[in-house]
Amino acid sequence: MFVAGETVRVKDSWPEAAGPVHIRTPHYVRGVVGEVVRFLGDYPNPEDLAFARPAERRGLYHVRFRRGALWPEGRAEDDVLIEIFEHWLERP
Amino acid sequence: MDKETQRAHHDMGGVAKFMCETVDIEPHGLDDFDREVDALRQLLSAKQLMSVDELRRGIEAIPEGEYHRLSYYRRWMRSIADTLLRRGVITEAELRAALEGA
Repeated sequence: MFVAGETVRVKDSWPEAAGPVHIRTPHYVRGVVGEVVRFLGDYPNPEDLAFARPAERRGLYHVRFRRGALWPEGRAEDDVLIEIFEHWLERP
Repeated sequence: MDKETQRAHHDMGGVAKFMCETVDIEPHGLDDFDREVDALRQLLSAKQLMSVDELRRGIEAIPEGEYHRLSYYRRWMRSIADTLLRRGVITEAELRAALEGA
């Protein structure tokens, strides 16, 4: 469980290299540090739903990334808000 | 290896090459095929034969060259056919017969 304002890092994990998967975490945020903005609720894990497997409910969060942390372009104050499931987040 | 190399081909957000390519942002009207595919997906979902998550997984599994050649709803149709075959809802023989009869 994470709380609003907490610093988190997205796991630098690449399951797509090992075979067919369905992942809702964009490649460009993997391994990047961001800030939890809010908890959005618990939802069945789409990584299992995508294969019609029984899906555990997992916490979903809005996580904000400073644009400078993702790409060199753009203004430093710009940010990107992404929905990320709890099992993709870790404490840095 | 950098992230753009490790990504799956459909995971296109923030990819540098799109800074040099024109992105089509014109609105596109729906044709009869598009509406029919959309209706089919809704029916399959209502009958619990296929979820929207399975639709997405099937679209992502389309090989890269074909993925870029197919229209938005043709990708849906490809995913629907693959998923129904995989789940055994339809057989390859039934699909072939339906296509030949069309």
